[in-house]
Amino acid sequence: MSNDVNAPRPAKPPSANKDKIIVRGLNFYYGQNHALKEVTLSLFEGQVTAFIGPSGCGKSTLLRVLNRMYDLYPGQRAEGEVLLDGENILSRDLDLNLLRSRVGMVFQKPTPFPMTIYDNIAFGVRLYEKLPKSEMDARVESSLKRTALWGEVKDKLNANGLSLSGGQQQRLCIARTVAISPEVILFDEPTSALDPISTAKIEELLDELSGEYTIAIVTHNMQQAARVSHYTAFMYLGEMVEFNETNTVFTSPRDKRTQDYVTGRFG
Amino acid sequence: MANLYSGRKRRNIIWTGLAYAATVLGLSMLVIILVTLIWNGFGGLSIDVFTKNTAPPGVVGGLLNSIVGSIVTTVIGLAIGAPLGILAGTYLAEYGHDTRLAVVVRFINDILLSAPSIVVGLFIYELLVVPVGHFSALAGGVALAVLGAPIMVRTTEDMLNLVPNTLREAASALGMPRSLVIRHVAYRAVRSGIVTGVLLAIARMTGETAPLIFTALGNSLFSLDPRGPMSSLPLIIYEFARSPYAEQQKLAWTGALILTFAVLALSITARALSASSKQN
Repeated sequence: MSNDVNAPRPAKPPSANKDKIIVRGLNFYYGQNHALKEVTLSLFEGQVTAFIGPSGCGKSTLLRVLNRMYDLYPGQRAEGEVLLDGENILSRDLDLNLLRSRVGMVFQKPTPFPMTIYDNIAFGVRLYEKLPKSEMDARVESSLKRTALWGEVKDKLNANGLSLSGGQQQRLCIARTVAISPEVILFDEPTSALDPISTAKIEELLDELSGEYTIAIVTHNMQQAARVSHYTAFMYLGEMVEFNETNTVFTSPRDKRTQDYVTGRFG
Repeated sequence: MANLYSGRKRRNIIWTGLAYAATVLGLSMLVIILVTLIWNGFGGLSIDVFTKNTAPPGVVGGLLNSIVGSIVTTVIGLAIGAPLGILAGTYLAEYGHDTRLAVVVRFINDILLSAPSIVVGLFIYELLVVPVGHFSALAGGVALAVLGAPIMVRTTEDMLNLVPNTLREAASALGMPRSLVIRHVAYRAVRSGIVTGVLLAIARMTGETAPLIFTALGNSLFSLDPRGPMSSLPLIIYEFARSPYAEQQKLAWTGALILTFAVLALSITARALSASSKQN
């Protein structure tokens, strides 16, 4: 990472942006608790969008709406519109599993499955594709190469995924997500459990994956948001306070609260 | 400061001593039981025990029909109880959570866990023996299933609750249907724990006498027919231990020895299984 840590990456001109996901008037409830209030924003195709804000502002909640992860838990519900390529994913009769095969997710804590490194990747692929052994081998290899893990694990593909280090496990989880070729990848604080070197590797990876995938990342680390994202959404108390090109959000925010947060006055 | 510290040190010595004493007391009971069993039962071990059926006094007999009977009734109990127990435990941990049905099922299961086995035996007697008109190994197996299933319900639920939700979320995030998440990720993560529960249930079932008295009854002949009465080790121990004949008493000791070591072997297997799966 040679570039200056605090220099936000220039976004593509807005005219080149195509909406991948449009969130419109989204409200979210944990039981009685109103966690997201009338949130509206767009994720642009091939761009990285960072969600920032103090703890409890709803940034993870918003992320978990985008692949309906909240559906696993009773008592959580979303109202409003979330359009993926124009189709409302909040609709009742949507096939959740198909949605999640299009919108992948990487979590805060690395979550390798209790199986071999090879199977960790092949498992997800087998859900949707029936590949002969040689093609599966190739898919596993390309996914691991994509996440710069191949060199480290190519001689122990049959070792348990849990035997890897934390940073390697996280890259395995990204490889597993990439292997099923989703269109969107959601990252929920993917580096907050990792050391600085592993963090740098994941950030490089995000850089490489953008362009091909539409990426949303939740992060507590403002420098990270500035480093990896093209667009930034600042959230506060369940509201979308400001959404703009990362450069603008960090250098000339429109809202006082955004300015206070990005300059470290609270949060 | 020095006073506080020496006081703490003294209390540490006293409590550590008490803990050791409790351990020694508990272990010595176990050792006494095992030594007594070996002392009285080992001499009776011979090929005859495993090749001959139980015989009337004065005739050289063995325990073949009882050993086979024990295996058959336990297998029946397991075939009925294991699917029930594991599936019910899965329901409680993965689907039921705190819904009213799950709370009721969990409560009933807790009662069943501590239900007197004689009551279970009588219940199955009314249900499967009286209507049919005769005792059967099948009824015995069902009674054992009623005793074994709650153990497996509890261990399966407890084990699945140890699976972190993040792992379920990660699997779901790949677009994996819930049934596959449970079968391929959750079960796999705690497989050794669930197997241990099954082995514990087998151990409990093989050792039960009371539920078999009213159901399988016992049989002095060799039988593989689950529709008829069948012998089993606990039953024959119970019968021969009260017998006035020395050779039958001796056989009872030998039966007890075989039973105890079979259960011990199961426990060790359970341990080894969970140790080896942790290494992988």
